[in-house]
Amino acid sequence: MPYPRFLKPRSLAEALGQLAMTSDCRPLAGGTDLLVTLHAGQSHPGALIDIWSLDELKGVREVDGAIEVGAAESYTHIIESPLVNRHAPALAEAARTIGAAQIQNRGTLGGNLGTASPAGDTLPVMLAADATILTSRRTIPASDFFVGYRTTALEPDELIVAIRFPRDGRRIRFRKVGTRQAQAISKVVMAVSLEPARVAIGSVAEVPLRALAAEAALADGDLERAVEAVGSDVRPIDDVRSTATYRRQVTQNVLRRLLSEGAS
Amino acid sequence: MAVPLPSEEAKASVGVSVPRREGHDKVTGRARYTDDLEFPDAWRGKTVRSTIPRGKLKSLTLDPAFDWAQVVVVTAADVPGENVVQLIKDDQPALAEREIHHREEPLALIAGPDRDTLEAAARHVRIEYQSLDPVLHLEHATRELARVDIDKGDVDHALQEADTIVEREFRAGHQEQLYIEPQGAIAVPSDDGGITIYGSLQCPYYVHKAVVRALGLPDDRVVVVPAEVGGAFGGKEEYPSLVAIHAALLAVKAKRPVRLVYERHEDIAATTKRHPAVVRHRTGVTKDGTLVAQDIEFVLDGGAYCTLSPVVLSRGAIHAAGPYSCPNVRIRARALATNTPPNGAFRGFGAPQSQFAAELMVEHVAEALGMSSIDLRREWMLRVGDTTATSQQLNESVGTELVLDAALQNAPPVAVPSAPNLRHGRGVSLVYHGSGFTGSGEKYLASTVAIECTAEREFRVLTSQTEMGQGTNTILSQIAANALGVPYETVTVAPQDTSIVPNSGPTVASRTVMVVGALLADAARELRDKLTTERPPMRVDKTYVQPEWIQWDDERYHGDAYPAFAFQCTVADVQVDLDTGEVRVTNLVAALDPGRAIHPVMAEGQVEGGVLQAVGYATLEEMKMEDGGFVNDRLATYIIPTSLDAPKIKTVLVENPYSGGPFGAKGIGEIPMDGPAPAVMAAIHDATGIWLDELPATPEKLLVALST
Amino acid sequence: MIAFKVNGVRVSIDAPGARRLLDVLREELGMTGTKEGCGEGECGACSVLIDGEVVNSCLVAVGQVEECALETVEGLARDGELTAIQQTFIDYGAAQCGICTPGMLMAAHALLQRNPTPSETDVRMAIGGNLCRCTGYTKIIEAILACRTRAS
Repeated sequence: MPYPRFLKPRSLAEALGQLAMTSDCRPLAGGTDLLVTLHAGQSHPGALIDIWSLDELKGVREVDGAIEVGAAESYTHIIESPLVNRHAPALAEAARTIGAAQIQNRGTLGGNLGTASPAGDTLPVMLAADATILTSRRTIPASDFFVGYRTTALEPDELIVAIRFPRDGRRIRFRKVGTRQAQAISKVVMAVSLEPARVAIGSVAEVPLRALAAEAALADGDLERAVEAVGSDVRPIDDVRSTATYRRQVTQNVLRRLLSEGAS
Repeated sequence: MAVPLPSEEAKASVGVSVPRREGHDKVTGRARYTDDLEFPDAWRGKTVRSTIPRGKLKSLTLDPAFDWAQVVVVTAADVPGENVVQLIKDDQPALAEREIHHREEPLALIAGPDRDTLEAAARHVRIEYQSLDPVLHLEHATRELARVDIDKGDVDHALQEADTIVEREFRAGHQEQLYIEPQGAIAVPSDDGGITIYGSLQCPYYVHKAVVRALGLPDDRVVVVPAEVGGAFGGKEEYPSLVAIHAALLAVKAKRPVRLVYERHEDIAATTKRHPAVVRHRTGVTKDGTLVAQDIEFVLDGGAYCTLSPVVLSRGAIHAAGPYSCPNVRIRARALATNTPPNGAFRGFGAPQSQFAAELMVEHVAEALGMSSIDLRREWMLRVGDTTATSQQLNESVGTELVLDAALQNAPPVAVPSAPNLRHGRGVSLVYHGSGFTGSGEKYLASTVAIECTAEREFRVLTSQTEMGQGTNTILSQIAANALGVPYETVTVAPQDTSIVPNSGPTVASRTVMVVGALLADAARELRDKLTTERPPMRVDKTYVQPEWIQWDDERYHGDAYPAFAFQCTVADVQVDLDTGEVRVTNLVAALDPGRAIHPVMAEGQVEGGVLQAVGYATLEEMKMEDGGFVNDRLATYIIPTSLDAPKIKTVLVENPYSGGPFGAKGIGEIPMDGPAPAVMAAIHDATGIWLDELPATPEKLLVALST
Repeated sequence: MIAFKVNGVRVSIDAPGARRLLDVLREELGMTGTKEGCGEGECGACSVLIDGEVVNSCLVAVGQVEECALETVEGLARDGELTAIQQTFIDYGAAQCGICTPGMLMAAHALLQRNPTPSETDVRMAIGGNLCRCTGYTKIIEAILACRTRAS
C-alpha cells in the first residue's frame, strides 16, 4: 500500500486551503485512531493533513461565558487545565479515563468528534453540557453532530476548530464502564445533569445519544421513571466487547446510581 | 595448579538475589529479539490461511494479474521432507494439502522484499473450498485425541457409604498466552544446503527436530539459535516449530534469509491457547467432613490437532483431585477434537483448569456441610506419608500446611465497603504442581547437560534451557557456582545454539531448576572433584538417570507421577460493583513452597507474574468465537490486566527443601497460575453469595447472576 | 527530508511523512530498542518521548515529529552509565522477558521528570498504557518508586 501524501500546513488557513484543494484527504491530529486503521490497511486516504501542531487549534480559554477547548489540544492538557477543572470538571474526568498516558498525550477532542465512535468517551460530556462545535465555517450543537454510525454533520472540507462548553454552572456526573481500568474501551459511558435534565450515553447505540425519554422524566423530577425510560432510549447491540442485555441493564443501574448521588 | 576452594562468599550464590545476567542489555535496549536481528537482503514472509473451519481445499491458484516473479510461493507440494509438524502424533501438516481442519490453518506461504508486495501478492491468491460441517463446540465433539484413566480404591462403594454427596460441573474457556513479543523466526540458508533458524522459542531441540523432518535435512545441517525471547508461557513450546518450518521452506525456495514475524492479530487468531475444559465432580464425605470419594470427569477441547493435548490432559488429570488425601478416587479424562485452532501448552498445562474445579469443589462441600472451607482443607490436605490420586506416597517436602498458615497470617484485614454499590469478599485456595515431566517422561527424555572449565579457570554451563524472562542463565550459573564452590561471576552460560549445547530437554514443565539444575549441580561437583587431580581445560557431560525410587506405570497411570510437588495457598480479596458486575481483585497473598528459592527476587517475580495471569484468567480474559474463529484477535479486544487492574500482590516464600532438587529447590514456574482463579471465584461468592462455576467471571455473567 | 533529534543527536530522514515513527526508528535508524507489540497503541512497547511526553511511536507519523526532540531507551544511559531507573529495574527484578521494558522505562522516565515524588497510584496510572505479561507489575512499580527523589 503506498503511503498517503503528507501535508504539513503552517497555519489553519493553509490547512483549510489544502483540505479544500486535495481530494481524498484526512486531517491527522494525534493519530490515535487514524494511524491504527492506516497501518491495518482499513483506510486508504490519498493524503494526510497534519493539523497536530497548529496553534489555532490548541489551548483552553474562556470566551463569551464559555470554556473553549482547541480541537487539537491533548487530553493531557485538558486534564491539567485549571479552567477545565473549575468549569467543566466532567470533561477532565472523561479525559482521564481514555487510554493511558500515551493516548492522553496525543488524543484530542477534535479527533474524538471526527472519529465519532459511539464509544467516544468525551462525547456524552459534550452532549450533557450542550457544548457547541466550532468548525471552519459554522457552529454545530453537539446534539446535531452525530448523524449515523461514525458519521458526522461535517462536510468533507470542513475542519473542527474548537469545542465550547457553556459556563452555566451545571453539575455533570460522569461514569465510564469500560473493559478494564486503563486502556479501556467503553461498554457504557454516561454523563448526566439534573438541571437542566440531560442524560447522554455512549456505546449503547450507533451514535452517542441523548436519552430523551429519561430526560423528560427527569425534568418532571421522577428519577425512578427516568431509570425505567432510559432502557427504551438506548439501542444496544451484542458485540465483541459486551452484550445488549448487559449494556441496557448497566445503563439503568449507572443512571440510578448517578441520580442518587446527585440527589443526596 | 591450585584448586578453587569453596569460599563462604561463593557458597552464598544460591539463595541470594545476585545481579541478573541479562539485566543490563534489557534495560538499555541492546537485547536482540528475533525481529531486531538484521540480515542484509532478508525477505519477509507471510502465511496464507484458511477462512473456513472445515472442508476441502479444491484449488489454490495464483491470479496472473499479479507479477509473481517478485515473490516466492510455497505450498504443500514444495515441502521437501515430510509434511508434518513433529510432536506427539503426526497429524498436523506444515501446510494443508487437501483437508482443512480449522480456521487460520496455513495453506500457503509467500516471501517477498517488503510488506506491500507481500500484501498485494496475498490478495491475488485464489482459494476454492468445499466446506464441510464443522464441530465447533466441545458438547458436540466425539473424536478422542487422548484419554487418561486414574483409579484408586473403590469409588462406587465409597460413594454408597458416604453421608453426603456433592455434585457440580465447572467450565473454563480459552486463554491466550499473550507474550508481548509475537511469534517469529528467521531462516537463513547456507551454501551447503543447510538452514539456521533464529527465533523466539522455548525448546531449541523441538524446533530442530521439526525442521530436520519437514525439510528432509540431516541433523547437522539444521542449527537452531534462540534469540532473546519476549515472553512465552508455553505459547512458544510447540508453535515455533511450525513458524520455523515455514520460514525455512520460504528461505530454501527464495535462496535468501526470510523473516517470518507474526502481526498481533495473526498471532492471537492462529496460535495455540489454553484448552477450554469441562470438569464434573462428585465428592463423597461423611458427616464430620472426612473425604471418602472423588469421582471426576475432566474433558478438554484439544482443537483440530493433537499438538500437546495428551500431556496437557495427563497433567490436568493427575492434579484434578487437588492436594488432598482421599482413599477412593476415579478420574476419567478425555481430550476431544473440534474444528477450532489447536490448543496447546500454556503455563499450568491442564492443572489450572482441573484445580480450579477441585478448589471450588472444596468450597461447595464446605457449604453443604456448613463448615469453613479452610478447616476442611486442613482436614483433607496431603501430609508426609499420604498418597495422591495416582497412589504416589509423598515422603518429603509436603508444604500444604506451611503455605496455608503463611498465607492466612499474611493476609491483610478484610476491606470495608466504601460505597453502597460495592461488596467485598475473600477467597482461599490450596494447590500443588508437580515439577518436571510426568511419570517416565524424564527417563525417556534423558537430558544431557555439560559444564566446561577453561585453562583460565572460567566455567561455562551448556544446556538447551532458554531464557525467556524467568532468569535461566542467572539461576543455572548460581547452581553451578555453588556446586563448584566458585564465585558466581566466574560462571558463564553458553548460548542455547543447537550446534553448541547438548539437548537438556525443553524449557517447560517447571523442570529447569529442579531437573536440569540438579543434573548441572551433579556435573559441577564432578568437575570440581576432577579439578583436584587434573589440569583444565576439561568438560563434564552428565545425562539424567531416573532415581530408582521413582516407580511409574504408564498403562495404569499409577505411581510416582512427579519427583516432587510445589504447593501454594492463595488468599484473594475482591471488590464487586453490584451496578456493573465488575470485579476488582484488590489484594492477593500467595504463599508458596518452592523447596528452596535459588534467587528469591526472581522466584517472587515468577509468582507475581503467574498470579496476575491467573487473575486475568478469572476475571477478564475470554476468547470469543464465531464460526470457529476468534473474533477478539486484537489487544484492544482480548483484555489482559493493566497495572491499574493488578492487585497488590504479596508473595511469601516458605522454604521446605526437597532432597532431590539442587540445594533443595523444586519447580515453581507454573504453580502460580493454578491457585488464584478459584480463590477469586470463592471471593466473589463471599462478596455476593453467587457461585460462578465458570471461568472467567465476566461482568456480563456476574450481572445476569446478580439479577436473578 | 524530515529532520528531528533523537537522544540529542540531529538526524535527517528521507521517508514518507506518513510512515510510522516506530518503523523509522527501527528500520531507517536501526534503533531496535523500541519494540512493536501490537501496532495499535494498546501495549505501549513502542513508547518513546516526544518533547518530554510519552507517546506510542506506532501511532505517530514521522512527518509529525519534524523539529521535535525524541528520547528512546537507547538514550537513557549516558556514557555507559545507567540512569537510576535502569539500575533499579535491574536491582528489583523489574525486567523479566524484557520486551516491555524499553517502553516501560520511557513511561517511568516521563513520569519521574514530571513528578519526582509519585505515589504508588501515580505510578500505576503512569504505566497503565504499558502491558507487561511477566511481572504482575509488582516489581516494576517497586523499581519506579525506588527512584523517587526525597522531598526536602
